[in-house]
Amino acid sequence: MIERYVEIASTYGGNIDALILLIAALVGFWLVLCEVVFIGFIIKFREKPGVRGQYITGEEKHQKRWIAIPHYLVLVCDIVIIVFAVNIWYTVKQDLPEPDVTVRIIGQQWAWSFVHPGTDGLLDTEDDIKMVDELHVEKDKVYHFKLEARDVMHSFSVPVFRLKQDAVPGRIITGWFEATKLGSFDIQCAEICGIGHGMMAAKIFIESPEEHQKWVALNDPTEDSKHTSTVAANNAAAN
Amino acid sequence: MSDSHDHHESHGFMSYAFSTDHKVIGMQYMFTGMAMALIGGFFAYAFRMQLAFPGMDVPLYGIVSSAEYNSLVTNHGTIMIFWVAMPVLIAAFGNFLIPLMIGCDDMVFPRLNRLSYQIFLLSAIVLISSFFVEGGGFGGAWTSYPPLSAKAEYNLTPLGSSLWLLAVALEFVAFLLGGINFITTVMNARAPGMTMDDIPMVIWMIVLASILFMASVGPLIAGAVMLFFDQQLGTAFFDPDRGGDPVLWQHLFWFFGHPEVYVVLLPAMGITADVMCVFARKKLFAYRTVLYTAIGTGVLSFFVWAHHQFISGIDPRMANLFTVTTLLISIPIAEMCFVYIATLYGGSIRLTTPMLWALAFLGEFMIGGVTGIFLGASGSDIYLHDSYFVLAHFHYTFFPIAIIGVFAGITFWYPKMFGKMMNETMGKIHFWGTVIPFNCIFIPLFLLGIGGQHRRIYNYEHFPELAGKSMQDMRVFATVSLCIMLIFQFVFLYNFFASLLKGKEAGKNPWKSNTLEWTTESPPPHGNWKELPNCYRGPYEYSVEGREEDYWPQNIPDDEPAGGAA
Ligand SMILES: [Cu+2]
Ligand SMILES: [Cu+2]
Repeated sequence: MIERYVEIASTYGGNIDALILLIAALVGFWLVLCEVVFIGFIIKFREKPGVRGQYITGEEKHQKRWIAIPHYLVLVCDIVIIVFAVNIWYTVKQDLPEPDVTVRIIGQQWAWSFVHPGTDGLLDTEDDIKMVDELHVEKDKVYHFKLEARDVMHSFSVPVFRLKQDAVPGRIITGWFEATKLGSFDIQCAEICGIGHGMMAAKIFIESPEEHQKWVALNDPTEDSKHTSTVAANNAAAN
Repeated sequence: MSDSHDHHESHGFMSYAFSTDHKVIGMQYMFTGMAMALIGGFFAYAFRMQLAFPGMDVPLYGIVSSAEYNSLVTNHGTIMIFWVAMPVLIAAFGNFLIPLMIGCDDMVFPRLNRLSYQIFLLSAIVLISSFFVEGGGFGGAWTSYPPLSAKAEYNLTPLGSSLWLLAVALEFVAFLLGGINFITTVMNARAPGMTMDDIPMVIWMIVLASILFMASVGPLIAGAVMLFFDQQLGTAFFDPDRGGDPVLWQHLFWFFGHPEVYVVLLPAMGITADVMCVFARKKLFAYRTVLYTAIGTGVLSFFVWAHHQFISGIDPRMANLFTVTTLLISIPIAEMCFVYIATLYGGSIRLTTPMLWALAFLGEFMIGGVTGIFLGASGSDIYLHDSYFVLAHFHYTFFPIAIIGVFAGITFWYPKMFGKMMNETMGKIHFWGTVIPFNCIFIPLFLLGIGGQHRRIYNYEHFPELAGKSMQDMRVFATVSLCIMLIFQFVFLYNFFASLLKGKEAGKNPWKSNTLEWTTESPPPHGNWKELPNCYRGPYEYSVEGREEDYWPQNIPDDEPAGGAA
């Protein structure tokens, strides 16, 4: 249903949509039922000449049943929703699979910085690729992200992943995703962060392994020095 | 109750402004709340115009900068909750109705009551002044999360943010004073014979709301003091670089913020119960169940706050706990809705203007209630959090509460307040002109939220996925609907003031209602009754079999014929 508005590009995006659909079906049933009975009563019991209202206390057992039975049914629906919601929450937020790649994401007023691990596949080395407002990832790889904020709260939000996580100053929050669709998509900041909040947009580029390799090679920060000085290149390689 | 209203009967501005009469104070709260609603509505108009027509020179406002946009949405929310919903639902109706419905001459602490209004008025003045100081009004959202709210270098409103906080804190003080008064009065000053079961539901709900407010606001006041120190003295309670924790504020805020939803919901529920019973000519279905579910909701509401923080960096395991409590709170709320629907069964329903509002409250609130489940369930909140889905959801709860419920109350008690009837035709035009556009505003916003539109963005051009034509069309549709709704409010204002002059005389009891306020003159004199009433039965004895009249006022002894004393 949501896919018609926003594509799904992560492994768990479909589960979240399914949960939303499940909730929609359950609460939709109750809503329609209640509204139909409600409007039905209004029509049926409109004032008619010569007909008085009935005196019903609602305190008798057989009357209370009309409230008690639905309320147990609501409880059953609640439990079903809880089970599915917790299950999906656990997958997305609690049980992080082993990462193939780890990236660092930094929110600050009013841009996203992304640190990609570069050719050596490791963060915090000399060949890290730092990008502003561009995150490049490979399809079908498990990514961990280390989310930080420099100044105020931000929220890293990728609608096509159905993923959102606040970035909190003073903390490093780890999360994960695995992209399933090639293309480029919006990254939002979903938490108000000052007057530039409305411009804090970034893009995620989901690439095939070849494309991604090409992008890494093109942007290797150690690459320039290789051409100018072999010593520097050797040093970089040693790192 | 008190000697303070026996001094003089002089009329004039000073005696009005410094009156300790609960009815006068109630009116002061009501008119202040209505004036603030105009400001809050105007703010909504200004930022909705910017969203529909980005960069436009908005008529009556001008160009909306991104800083102003943030300030408009922040103060729209703050005003509508703290300066409209609370003063009108709790303070105006509480003050006006409590002594009249429980049959006493005034509040137990009339001077405290006056002080409460004066502090409230001051808080409103402080808030309004914050829009005009250097840097403009605060724009860090009504939730005021630090570090954004704590440091001027981040929010760029060095004075606005502190004045905003001060105004909110003053407002809390006003309502703490008022709350003490409401609870004490209802517990101690009821008419002879009025048992706990004979108290009209609206009064119960206002009392429960006051208790909820008083029990939840303490931590936030502490938080507000800390935040104020962070802003003005450079302390570091919420500054992570110097040992503070910004997420702490969120806990303090939402520990109050979630019960606050029920603080305003319960009085609206109470108004609806009373109005529905009168115009359905029905006894409230299972009075005690309504009361117990309200108490149950209130207690549970203290254990759900972190559903606002699922993705805010709290321990993810905690989200599971709060999902359970949040979904459980749907049970008492659903039960309340069932009871209200059951009350209509077998009635003799008259669709007067107040009844239309009461029914619309229930019909619309149910939509707000069920859409909350999507957000209370942690798994789906990951996607929907901070989206327009949230915004549409809580407007489907707050709008029925603060606007629809308030109109139900005002149109119902207007004859008692002013002694005149409002015009029914204009009332119905205003009703449909409000309720239909309301749905036209927020249904598109639900869809935009599902489409991934996030909140508090002054212009979506930077987000290609959100900048498409179909989404922009929905924004325009919502804005146009809002403008139509705002225009229809002039029908209400005209009806309100014209009826003061030209309205039909109301008499004591125009709706043939049972509760005690309808047994005195309209408007009630100083001291409310020449002789204080006794209470002989519950408030909802409508359509009792074997009686000639279909209502049975609370003040009439069992052996007297109906209407004899009224
Ligand atoms: Cu932001
Ligand atoms: Cu809440």
